[in-house]
Amino acid sequence: MSRGRAADRLLALAVWVSVLAVAAVFFWILGSLLWSGMGRVTWAFLTTAPRDAGRAGGIGPILVSTLLILGVCMAVSLPLGLGAAVLLSEFAEAGSLFGRAVRRSLDVLAGVPSIVFGLFGTALFCQALGLGYSIFAGGLTLACMVLPILIRATEEGFRSAPSEYRRAAAALGMSRASALWHVLLPAAAPGLLVGLVLGMGRALAETAALLFTSGYVDRMPESLLDSARALSIHIYDLSMNVTGGDPNACATAVVLVALLLAVNGLAAWMTGRWLSRRVLPA
Amino acid sequence: MSPSSKDRLLVWVLRACAGLSGAIVLLIAVFLVLESLPALRNVGFARFFSDPSWHPARYAADGAYNLAPMLAGTLLAMAGAVALATPLGFCAALFCHFYAPPGLARACRRLIELLAGIPSVVYGFWGLVTLVPLLNKVQPPGASLLAGILILALMILPTIALMADGALANVPAEYLRGAAALGLSRSATIVGVVFPAAKSGLFTGVILETGRAAGETMALLMVCGNVVQVPKSLFDPMRTLTANIALEMGYALGDHRSALFVSGLVLLALIVALAAAAEWLSKGRVYE
Amino acid sequence: MPRAFTLLGLLALAGCGAGVGTPNAKPATKADAAHAADGEKLEGKLVVTGSSTCAPLVAEIGKRFEQRHPGVRVDVQTGGSSRGVADPQTGIADLGMASRALKEDEARLVQAHTLALDGICVILNKANPVTELGDAQVAAIYTGKIGTWNEVGGSEAAITVVNKAEGRSTLELFLRYFELKSANVKASVVIGDNEQGLKTVAGNPDAIGYVSVGAAESAARSGAPIKLLPMNGVAATVENIRNGSFPLARPLNLVTLPNPTGLKKAFIEFALSKEVHDLIREQSFVPVE
Repeated sequence: MSRGRAADRLLALAVWVSVLAVAAVFFWILGSLLWSGMGRVTWAFLTTAPRDAGRAGGIGPILVSTLLILGVCMAVSLPLGLGAAVLLSEFAEAGSLFGRAVRRSLDVLAGVPSIVFGLFGTALFCQALGLGYSIFAGGLTLACMVLPILIRATEEGFRSAPSEYRRAAAALGMSRASALWHVLLPAAAPGLLVGLVLGMGRALAETAALLFTSGYVDRMPESLLDSARALSIHIYDLSMNVTGGDPNACATAVVLVALLLAVNGLAAWMTGRWLSRRVLPA
Repeated sequence: MSPSSKDRLLVWVLRACAGLSGAIVLLIAVFLVLESLPALRNVGFARFFSDPSWHPARYAADGAYNLAPMLAGTLLAMAGAVALATPLGFCAALFCHFYAPPGLARACRRLIELLAGIPSVVYGFWGLVTLVPLLNKVQPPGASLLAGILILALMILPTIALMADGALANVPAEYLRGAAALGLSRSATIVGVVFPAAKSGLFTGVILETGRAAGETMALLMVCGNVVQVPKSLFDPMRTLTANIALEMGYALGDHRSALFVSGLVLLALIVALAAAAEWLSKGRVYE
Repeated sequence: MPRAFTLLGLLALAGCGAGVGTPNAKPATKADAAHAADGEKLEGKLVVTGSSTCAPLVAEIGKRFEQRHPGVRVDVQTGGSSRGVADPQTGIADLGMASRALKEDEARLVQAHTLALDGICVILNKANPVTELGDAQVAAIYTGKIGTWNEVGGSEAAITVVNKAEGRSTLELFLRYFELKSANVKASVVIGDNEQGLKTVAGNPDAIGYVSVGAAESAARSGAPIKLLPMNGVAATVENIRNGSFPLARPLNLVTLPNPTGLKKAFIEFALSKEVHDLIREQSFVPVE
C-alpha cells in the first residue's frame, strides 16, 4: 500500500508541476506581449495606415485586408462545405465508395501543412488562374485549408438533428430538398456556425499559406485582385524585416490575439449553448 | 420541377460539392508534382538525397540539392516536441479530471483553449525575442533544435491536451467506481484503468499533434537558426523542410523553385504516411 | 437552397472567367495601358518585385508617387535581387529591384536604373570588445578556421557566425569580396532578411553578421545594441559610401526591360529625382547625385 501511496504522490506532483509550468509559460508569453504592446493599441492605431514601412502609424488597411481575405475564404468554403457535409451525413452515400473516399481525402487535407497550401495556392490561383498576389488568391487558398474543419463541424450538426425530424418530413411528403432546407438545416445550424467560427480562427491565425498568395502590400485594398497584407504577415514582416518594427509588431500581435480569443471564445460559448440545447428534451 | 427531379438535382449538386472538396487533396498533389517535374527531370530524384549539400541554383547543373538534412531536421523537431508535449498534455488532462477542484479545472481548460488560439507567428516572435537570447546564454547560438522543440511543444500542447481531455471524459464512470470499490490507488486507477480505456482517443491525439508538429512553419523559421545540417546536439541550429520553403520560395527561380516544390511533395508524403500509419495502427488496436 | 445555388453558379462563373486569362501572367499589371504623355493624367498599377533591401525604400517612394498621381497604384513585393532581375522579363512585374549591379548576361536583357547607393558591412554586438577585423580574419571566421573570439582579441566565447540564406545578393557580394565559396562557409545561424540578422546579432553578444549599411545604421540609431565594423580600415558610414572609399559598396537598382515607357518611365524618373532624396536618407542610403 505504501508503494501505491508513493506512486500517487509522484503522479500528483508530476501533474501539478506540469500544469503550473504550462500556465507559467502561457502567462509569460501573454504578459510580455501585453506589457510591450498594449500601450500602443489605440483607436488611432486601429484606423490609420502604416507609415515608414510599419514602424510608425497604425494597421487600418491591414485589418480591412484581413477581413476581406477572411470574407473570400468563408464565401467560398461555406457553400462547398455545407454541400459536402449534407451529402456525407444525410445521404446513404456516406458509406459508399465515393463517400468513404471523400472522407478519407478530407482527413488527409486536414493534416496538410499550411506551407504546402501556400505552394499549392501560388501554383494554382496565382499562376495557373492568373490571379497574381491578391486577396482572392489568399482567400481561396485559405478556403481549401478550412474546408475539413467546416465539414466536420457541420456534419456533427446534422448528425445531432433528431431522426424524428427526417421521418416526420418524409411522412408529410416533403421532398428531400425542402426537408433539408426547412427542417434539417435550421436544426443543424449551430454545428455549421461552430465550424464557421473555428474555420475563421484557423484562417485568421494563418501566415505561411498567405506568404506567397496574398503578398505584402500594406495599402488599403481597392479590389479583390489587389495584393494585401494580413495581420499575421504584418507581424512577421515587422519582426523579421523592419528595423525598429518590434513595438508595432507587438501591438499588432495584441490585436490579432484579441481577435482570435474573441473568435474562439465565441466558438466555445456557442458549443456550450448548443450542447445544453441538445441535452434538453427536444 | 417535380419534387423527385428537384431531389435528383440536389443530390448531384451535393455530390459536386463533396467531390470538389475531396478532390482538393488530389489537386494539391497534382500541382506539386507538376511544379516539381522540372527539378525531378533536371536534378533527378536520387540527387535530392545524395548531393553533398543544399546549395540550390537556378540551373540544376550549378547547384546541389540535398534535402536529407532538412528532412532529418523536420523529424527531429517533430519527435522532440511530441516527446515533450505528450506527457505534459496528458498531465494537463489528468489535472482537469482527477486533481483540480471543478472551478480550477474549468479555468485550466479555458487556459488551454486560449493557448490553442495563439497564432504561430506570435509564438515565433516570442521565441525570437525571449527564448533564443535566453538559450544563447546557456550555449550559443541560441537559435537551435532545442529552441524549435520547446516552441513546437508549446504549440502542439493544446491539441494533445484537449484531445486527451475529451478521451478521459469518455471513460465510463462505472470503471472509476469499480476501481474505487477495489481499493485501487489513484495512480493505479489512472495507469491501469483510465489510460487503457481512453487509449484510442489518446492515440488519435498523439497522431494529430504529430501532424501539426511536422507541418509547422513560421515559428520554426524564426527560432531554429536555419542552417542546413543534421544537428549533432540539441544546441545545434538546423532547418526544417517547411522553413526551407518559406525562407527561399520568394527568392527562388527555375530549378531552385521547382526543388522547393519537391520539398513540399516530400512533406505531403510524410503527412499521408502518418495518416496511413494512424489508420493501420488504430485498426490493429481496437480489438486488442 | 436556391440562394446557395446562385452563389455556387457565380463562383463557377468567376472560376471560368479567371481560367481564360493568360496563364503565368498577372492580369493586374496594366502599366502599359497607362498614358504618360506630358500633362496627361497618370493612371494604372505598377507591380515592383525584388530585393528586400530596396523594398522599404521603394515602397516609401511609391507612396509619395501615389500622392502626386492619385490614379496610380504601386505594389511592392519582396523577393530577392535575382527575382528582381527575372520578373520584369517574364512579365510578373513591371519593375524589378536589385541591390547589386547587373551581371554581364543580365545587362544584355534588362536595364538598371540606380536610385541609391548602399554598402555591406560586418556587424557585432555592442558588448563585444573587438573593434576591428581584417579581411583575412573575417574570412577565417566565416570558414570556421577561427572559432573563438580570443583568437582575434576578444573573449573566450565561441563565435556565432550569422550567414544569409541562398538567393540573396548580399550573400553573393559578401562571398565575392572575401573570396569565399558558399559551400565552405560554416554558419551557426542562417537568416533571411536584414532585420533578422540585426536581431540575431543584437540578441547575441558573440555573434558576427553582415548586413546592408543602411539597415545597420538605422538600427544602431534607433538603439539596437550593435556596432558596424570598419571594412579594411574604412569606417562603414553613409559618408564613406558617398565618397566612394568604402570597399564593399553596391548600387540599389530599379530594373526594367530596355527603354521603359509610360508609367514605368514616369516612376523611374521620379525615383531618381531630387524629390525623393529625403526618403533615401531616411533609410540611411546614399542618394545618387
